[in-house]
Amino acid sequence: MSTSVQSVVSQPYKYGFVTDVKSDVIPRGLSEDIIRLISKKKNEPDFMLDFRLKAYRQWLKMTEPTWPNVNYTPIDYQDIIYYSAPKQSEKLNSLDEVDPEILATFEKLGLPLSEQKRLSNVAVDAVFDSVSIATTYKEELAEHGIIFCSISEAVQEHPELIKKYLGSVVPSADNYFTALNSAVFSDGSFVYIPENTQCPMDLSTYFRINNGDSGQFERTLVIADKGSSVTYLEGCTAPMYDSNQLHAAVVELVTLDDAKIDYSTVQNWFAGDKDGKGGIYNFVTKRGLCSGKNSKISWTQVETGSAITWKYPSCVLVGDNSVGEFYSVALTNNMQQADTGTKMVHVGKNTRSTIISKGISAGNSKNSYRGLVKVGPKAENARNYSQCDSMLIGDTSNANTYPYIQVQNNTGQVEHEASTSKIGEDQLFYFAQRGISPEDAVSMIISGFCRDVFNKLPMEFAAEADKLLALKLENSVG
Amino acid sequence: MINPDAKTILSVKDLRASVDGIEILTGLNLEVKAGEVHAIMGLNGSGKSTFSKVLAGHPDYEVTGGSIEFNGKDLSELEPHERATAGIFLAFQYPLEIPGVSNREFLRVAYNAHRKARGEDEVDVFDFDDLIEEKTDIVKMDVSFLDRSVNEGFSGGEKKRNEILQMALLEPTLAILDETDSGLDIDALKTVAEGVNKLATPNSANLVITHYQRLLNYIVPDYVHVMCSGQIIKTGSRELALALEAKGYEWLLEEQAVTS
Repeated sequence: MSTSVQSVVSQPYKYGFVTDVKSDVIPRGLSEDIIRLISKKKNEPDFMLDFRLKAYRQWLKMTEPTWPNVNYTPIDYQDIIYYSAPKQSEKLNSLDEVDPEILATFEKLGLPLSEQKRLSNVAVDAVFDSVSIATTYKEELAEHGIIFCSISEAVQEHPELIKKYLGSVVPSADNYFTALNSAVFSDGSFVYIPENTQCPMDLSTYFRINNGDSGQFERTLVIADKGSSVTYLEGCTAPMYDSNQLHAAVVELVTLDDAKIDYSTVQNWFAGDKDGKGGIYNFVTKRGLCSGKNSKISWTQVETGSAITWKYPSCVLVGDNSVGEFYSVALTNNMQQADTGTKMVHVGKNTRSTIISKGISAGNSKNSYRGLVKVGPKAENARNYSQCDSMLIGDTSNANTYPYIQVQNNTGQVEHEASTSKIGEDQLFYFAQRGISPEDAVSMIISGFCRDVFNKLPMEFAAEADKLLALKLENSVG
Repeated sequence: MINPDAKTILSVKDLRASVDGIEILTGLNLEVKAGEVHAIMGLNGSGKSTFSKVLAGHPDYEVTGGSIEFNGKDLSELEPHERATAGIFLAFQYPLEIPGVSNREFLRVAYNAHRKARGEDEVDVFDFDDLIEEKTDIVKMDVSFLDRSVNEGFSGGEKKRNEILQMALLEPTLAILDETDSGLDIDALKTVAEGVNKLATPNSANLVITHYQRLLNYIVPDYVHVMCSGQIIKTGSRELALALEAKGYEWLLEEQAVTS
């Protein structure tokens, strides 16, 4: 096939701007002193400092994983700035005290925070580098007993919930990056939905990395108490830098009896330029624990950004009859690398899981699905259905599927289907011959391919995801 | 129908084209006027399908010489999708399958692309549904095919009917039917041919590429051209096709060898 299919890829990244703000930045590098400094800056209680130091000591003994199908120059962990916050008065009483530059930044990203302009149906927690800037609709939600705030605030205001749940789903020593995150995590969101409460609006966190030398270590914890439900959305962007920034996040979800969490991500971190220079290293551990019976956790992700993505949103199905779902679209272009998938761990009886994964690789990118379905010895009548489809655009991209299946109970039913297809010049020619331009053709083929996943996204998100994919692929074909 | 005063739609002069550096068209000449039906016949490898793809602008084929004018305009200036909206339609020998894209959506986007190119407003989903369901009658296609993915799981005959449905919708000035008869049983062949005939207008023309005379019983050509080694070596009336059917191509090739 000719080079024309290759030539399509690069729509300029429209979120690549840098906001000029004065920042409170701590020295580069990582040590117990740095961790004490971070903890002090956040005015944390002792139990948090202990949590961090314990994680740090574990991290020192661990080594970076090499099994993912990605390549990168080694990260110098002593060259990262672990805390960077825009300078502002100690405690913000209202949005008026937020640096107007930062408010303008979020507005530019389509997320106005001020009372007059804020989105009408979504409560937003806006995180800028290491700190949460503002959370909208907090009071309205509080009337329902719902807690939605930054995790830093939750440590201060709700230490009993933090002590009980932080690290309960993802132990600090789970892996190299969770240990690192647990030691230095900066900010993220905290959600608690009380018993028998259906959250009246979607909750959303928007992560923005601004500083070129700092890492972002987001920590999110969502707890749905008995009989409650919530839909949570997450978005991410970052400026374009020549260097790479590390984003090592940990997200923990917990559902008690009959509770339900829908967690959607549209990840659009800067992916690096077409030669692979710059971009975010997105090393993320996301896991949900269906601890209660009849509970349900559903992950939906649209991964389009980052130079490297290493991410496996998982469900541990402990409660009987609990349900785990994973719907994913991962798009890689140019020099991007993604090794992503899920783990469904069936522990309780009659647990069910569904995995629908759509990988799209263009340019010289590498896109791997890696998934584990595990049925434990006590998981009577567990069922799983997995479908992993890959689509290649052009001749130089790469798609892989690594499914792992472990069944220890012979009443389990596990189904796996996989397919690989390709957008070729002949398909595009067929569209063209009917008057449809290559850009429109690619976007139609891709949205058709991703339909099963997009249908799971909240409506505004689905339209955005569709547009985002089309933009990402503009000029990559034709 | 031959009308000497009709406007010239397609004028091909000394056309040369190659794929992967191998010259397939070696100096092809052809003139098509409005209202005419032309048939191009020839053995496998004579360059018939290449010619159809070059007209439509397939990126694998490189034009190395000569010219193609369509409605007086130099075609080489136009991208494939612009050629389509300018009025060139190619019914594919092997229509592509497009999983996940519904036939209805595909047709609507194609139709609106044509309207946009003419400076007309796009039609909305509802008006389009009325329009397309009317068109399905022309090829006797069940409307349920509209909601399936484009050509996915269609039989050979259904795919070809779908091509003619697209032609009915897009109303091209020049329709090129590339081996539309291949893989069709006689009933499907008749349906497809009737569809094509119904769509004929005094302002448009059809270029029918085929191996066999059979299709030409239903789509009756005004001219029959025989291609060999990338050129048209003989042009005649419908009788030429009947002669080829009766005698094969050998005699023609020999005649050609003697005269050249």
